[in-house]
Amino acid sequence: MIDEVRTMPTAVQPQLMRWSVVLPGLAALAAALVLPQFANGYVTEVATTALLYVVLCLGLNIVVGYAGLLDLGYAAFFAVGAYTSGILTAEFGFNFWLTIPVAMAAACVAGIIIGAPTLRLRSDYLAIVTLGFGEIVRIIARNLDITGGASGLIGIERPEIFGFRLMQVQHFYYAFLVLALLTAFVCLSVERSRMGRAWFYVRYDEDAAAGIGINRVTAKLQAYMMGAVIASVAGCLYAAKMTAISPESFTFNQSLLILLGVVLGGIGRIPGVVLGAVLVALLPEVLRGAGTYRPLVTAVALLAIMLFRPNGLWPDKRV
Amino acid sequence: MALLEVRDLRLSFGGLKVLHDISFSVEKGAINSLIGPNGAGKTSLFNCLTGFYKPKGGSISLGGRPITGLPPHRITALGLARTFQNIRLFKEMTVLENAMSGQHCRSRHGIMSAILHLPAQRREEEAIRATAMRWLDFVGIEQHAHRRAGGLSYGDQRRLELARALASTPELILLDEPAAGLNEREKLDLVHLIRRIRDETGVTVLLIEHDMGLVMQLSEKIVVFDYGQKIADGPPEAVRTDPRVIEAYLGTEE
Ligand SMILES: Nc1ncnc2c1ncn2[C@@H]1O[C@H](COP(=O)(O)OP(=O)(O)O)[C@@H](O)[C@H]1O
Ligand SMILES: [Mg+2]
Repeated sequence: MIDEVRTMPTAVQPQLMRWSVVLPGLAALAAALVLPQFANGYVTEVATTALLYVVLCLGLNIVVGYAGLLDLGYAAFFAVGAYTSGILTAEFGFNFWLTIPVAMAAACVAGIIIGAPTLRLRSDYLAIVTLGFGEIVRIIARNLDITGGASGLIGIERPEIFGFRLMQVQHFYYAFLVLALLTAFVCLSVERSRMGRAWFYVRYDEDAAAGIGINRVTAKLQAYMMGAVIASVAGCLYAAKMTAISPESFTFNQSLLILLGVVLGGIGRIPGVVLGAVLVALLPEVLRGAGTYRPLVTAVALLAIMLFRPNGLWPDKRV
Repeated sequence: MALLEVRDLRLSFGGLKVLHDISFSVEKGAINSLIGPNGAGKTSLFNCLTGFYKPKGGSISLGGRPITGLPPHRITALGLARTFQNIRLFKEMTVLENAMSGQHCRSRHGIMSAILHLPAQRREEEAIRATAMRWLDFVGIEQHAHRRAGGLSYGDQRRLELARALASTPELILLDEPAAGLNEREKLDLVHLIRRIRDETGVTVLLIEHDMGLVMQLSEKIVVFDYGQKIADGPPEAVRTDPRVIEAYLGTEE
C-alpha cells in the first residue's frame, strides 16, 4: 500500500512507536551499555568517537533533516563549545559543569549572529555563509593567544562528578553515551511537537507554511540555534576528554564528515542518523587494512550508496 | 463596516501593471466571488491580501485593522486564511499533520516545554490534534487522517487544503479556484461545503472561480476583473447582464 506511511510521530500517538525500530534500538542500547566490559581500549576509544558523532549528527539533523537548511560549517559550533569550555577550565579555573551553560549561551549568540541575517535569504546563501563561518572560527582559534594559537589549548581540566573524576576512556565512553541518549530524547521530544512540525512544514513547502501562519524565519532560526547548542555541548565534553584541542579538530572536513553521517544513514529520521554517525566513525577504522587505497575504497562505498540508496541506508519514508 | 476593505490597490512587476487601483469590500458573513479571464490578476490580488506580494500602493484592512504589507504569517494570525490555485499541501506528511499545521498560529508551546514534556504542552498537543480532526471531519476526510496527503484523490486534496485553512480559525477564507479539476458531482459537494463553511462556522468566503454556474449559485456579490482592472461589482443578476462583463468574456474567454 503506497499510501500508508509512517506518521510523523506526534506526542499523542504512542502506538506509532514501531516494534521494528524499538527492538533493534533496545538491543543496540544493551550492547552499548556493556561494550566497555568486553572491549579493549582501542575498541572503546573508537566507540566513544562513534558516540560523539551520534551527538553531532543528531544535532546537525535538526538543521538539515528537520528544517531542510544546508549547513556547511557545523563544526564551528562544536569548536565554540570546545574552546569555551577549554578556556574557562584551563585559564580561569572554572568547574567543567559550569562551562556547559556558558558554552550553550555562546553557541546561541553565534547562531543568532550567523542565522538572523542569512535565514531571511534564500537557503543557498546559508550554505555559503556557514561555510565561511566555519573557516572564520577556525582561523580565529589559530590566531588568538587565549585559544593557544595553531598549537592549540592544553591542560584542560578533567570533569569531576560526585567526587569521581572522569579519567579513563571507559568513563568518557559512558559520558558520551549519556549525552547521546539525552540528545536522542531531546530530538524525539521536539520532532513530535509543535515546533518540530513547523520545521517539517517549512522544509516541505515554505510558502504553504507561511500561508498557514508559520513564521519561517523564526522557525529556521530556532532549528539552527538548537543544532548549535547541541554541537556546543558535544564540544565541552570533547575538550574534557582530549584535555588538549587544536584548530585542526574543527576543519571544513569535520563539518563535511558530520554532514556525511546525516546524509548517509537517511536524513531526517533518528535511527538512520545514528546509523550514519556510527558508520562515519567506523569507516576509517574498518578500512585501515586497505592502506593507501583507503580514500579510493571510501569514495567507491559512498558512490555506491548514492547510486543504490539515494535517500540513505535507512531512509525517512517522508522523503 | 465591511470585514475586508481594499482601497486603490496597485501592483506591478517591473513595467507590467498587474493591478490598477482596485477597490472593493467584502461584508462579514458573506460569500463573494472574484471572476475574470485568465491573467486578469485574481491570484495576484489574493497574493497581495495574504502578504505574499507587496502592493505598490493602496491599503487593505481586515476587520478595521490595516494589514497592508504585513508578512503572510501575521496576516493568517489576524484571521485571513487561503487555499492555493495549484494545491500546496505538505504532500509527504499525513493528512492529520497537514490539518494540524493550521493550528500553529493558535498555539504557543515551544521547544523547551516539548523537551520537558510539560503537562500544559501535552494538553495543547491534544487540543491541536482534536481541532484538526474536527476539521477533517467537517470536510469529510477524517477516515484518511493517517494517510499520506499526496496520496489522496484530487478532490480530497482540495478538501484537505480547506480543512487546513479552516483549522487556523479564520474570519475570512480566500479560495483560489476550489472547483478546478473537479467533476460535476464533486462540484455539487463543494457548493454544499462552502455554504456550510459560512452557515455553520460563520467564516466569510471570497472565492475565485471560473465555473459560472457555481459562482452564480453561491455568491451574494461578484467582483469582475479584466486586465488588472475592476470592471464590475454587484449581485449576480446585475453582473450577468453588464455589457462590459459580457464583452470581456465573449472577447477573451476560450
Ligand atoms: N510573480 C510574478 N512575477 C511576474 N508577473 C506575475 C507574477 N505573478 C503574476 N504575474 C502576472 O500577473 C498577471 C496576472 O496573473 P494572475 O494574478 O495569476 O491572474 P489570474 O489569477 O487572474 O489568472 C499575469 O500577467 C501574470 O503573468
Ligand atoms: Mg489565478
